Amino acid sequence: MPSSRSSRSVLPGFGLSLGFTLAYLGLIVLLPLAAAFIKTAGMSWSDFVAATTSPRVLASYRLSFGASFAAAAVNATFGLVVAWVLVRYSFPGKKIVDALVDLPFALPTAVAGIALTAIYAKNGWVGSWLDPFWASAVGRLDAALPGVAWKEWLGVKIAFDRPGIFIALTFIGLPFVVRTLQPVIEELEPELEEAAATLGANRWQTVTRVLLPELFPALLTGFAMAFARALGEYGSVVFIAGNQPLHSEITPLLIITKLEQYDYRGATAIAVVMLVTSFVLLLLINLLQKWSRRYHRV
Amino acid sequence: MSAVVTSLSAGSGGHVARRATQDPVWVRWLLTAIALGFLACFLLLPLAAVFAEAFRKGAATYFASFRDPDALAAIRLTLFTAAVAVPANVVFGVAAAWCIAKFNFPGKSVLITLIDLPFAVSPVISGLIYVLMFGAQGWFGPWLMEHDIKIIFAVPGIVLATTFVTFPFVARELIPLMQAQGNDEEYAAVTLGASGWQIFWRVTLPNIKWGLFYGIILCNARAMGEFGAVSVVSGHIRGETNTMPLHIEILYNEYNFAAAFAVASLLALLALVTLVLKSVVEWRHAQAHGSGTP
Repeated sequence: MPSSRSSRSVLPGFGLSLGFTLAYLGLIVLLPLAAAFIKTAGMSWSDFVAATTSPRVLASYRLSFGASFAAAAVNATFGLVVAWVLVRYSFPGKKIVDALVDLPFALPTAVAGIALTAIYAKNGWVGSWLDPFWASAVGRLDAALPGVAWKEWLGVKIAFDRPGIFIALTFIGLPFVVRTLQPVIEELEPELEEAAATLGANRWQTVTRVLLPELFPALLTGFAMAFARALGEYGSVVFIAGNQPLHSEITPLLIITKLEQYDYRGATAIAVVMLVTSFVLLLLINLLQKWSRRYHRV
Repeated sequence: MSAVVTSLSAGSGGHVARRATQDPVWVRWLLTAIALGFLACFLLLPLAAVFAEAFRKGAATYFASFRDPDALAAIRLTLFTAAVAVPANVVFGVAAAWCIAKFNFPGKSVLITLIDLPFAVSPVISGLIYVLMFGAQGWFGPWLMEHDIKIIFAVPGIVLATTFVTFPFVARELIPLMQAQGNDEEYAAVTLGASGWQIFWRVTLPNIKWGLFYGIILCNARAMGEFGAVSVVSGHIRGETNTMPLHIEILYNEYNFAAAFAVASLLALLALVTLVLKSVVEWRHAQAHGSGTP
């Protein structure tokens, strides 16, 4: 029986497969990504700062981060309920519902974008009643608490305004929390709940003090994944967003706008900011996953 | 009716223990209603809307949308793009999984992280980086122009951008699968005198075929549906560099909603087929290995 140390010499194809992997990875992924950083390195620091911190760019960061955060938070809340229901309860059609959770991964973003717009526009299935409701609710909020620019923050309609962006980002981030939590809930040991019950905890105490802390690392991982995905999303948002500069223009759209104006440096500088953010999030998610795994081994 | 919502941990202990380890009936009903309501609003409704809008003006208009030569060209280009990008990433995925799962070498975990990178990159930026490489002002732009080769605003750019965004799908499916399976069967084949290719085709491939298929259908769904990255490099030339998602955008912006949703309904069907196949593979895997996803 060969040991794992000598495996290198026993199975063939190491050089070929690793060589091909590295070459393909380098040509398709690493070299083009490096192009973005090298292009920006040619800019002076002040040009870079000017390109990445102009009022229009800052407004797009605020919107992209804010809407992604709100969407990821809603997904964390409802995703927890969905994952719990799908693992712990049974009801007719559960398998179909479970499969449907992956729809945002499978449905092209442009299709999702026009479908959501059709539903939430003011003549759509939901928009026809939600639109007037939202306008009057925000109007009342504005009258009751005049200190904050509520109409600017929350928008005055659903589609073609900020709420539309939030809805599209919620759609595309939906599977992450559910799919991260499901295996963890499945592996929760019944002894945990039984022990809590034996020690006199009621159901509410068991859930809030035993189960939720146990699920927290996975919940945070799913939240971070949904947030990261929402931050870069473009296809589903552009149709429903309204795309007004300084108000409903997300950062990925601003990159495209700059490209269409042949402002390659401006577009690349913003892209580098987004890339660095994404890489930091990726690192964070990897660390969270490690934490989650260690948490569950103990 | 309470039989509809049952608990997994049936048959445990006394009355008190059951009350403390199970959710009360009203909680089960409430949570199930919230979960299903949320999924209906965000998943079922958009899916239904695609088909409702596509058939709003009748079946005749729906089918007429596919006689438009530009729509047919978009369908052909989408199929062609997937036909190049998916096999390329399959070959890569198998090679990457082979060297990562079968051998030990320094920097392995870094390599696994790097393979996942394209998932972390915004689709728009995935397109932009190829413009920086091959665009008129890019690194290879002047050279390409001299030799009259078009990559950006042409089909090669679309294929490259699609390959980038679908890059990790097959590899990230196969790596954990092959790592879990170990090398014992391959070692046995070596002992019996099999060559490298014989080991791969007769031993490894039959073991990973479902995982490979799983990766391929996900990779294909994304390849055919990619919008942001392709949008940046395509140039939107009707009948030439428009894929199906881009064609949907053009029709939609021209207020030709029926035709836009008709093309969209094809992609929605593709998504549904993908979900069905995916569930079948997961179900087969659960049958074979007890539980869990491949």
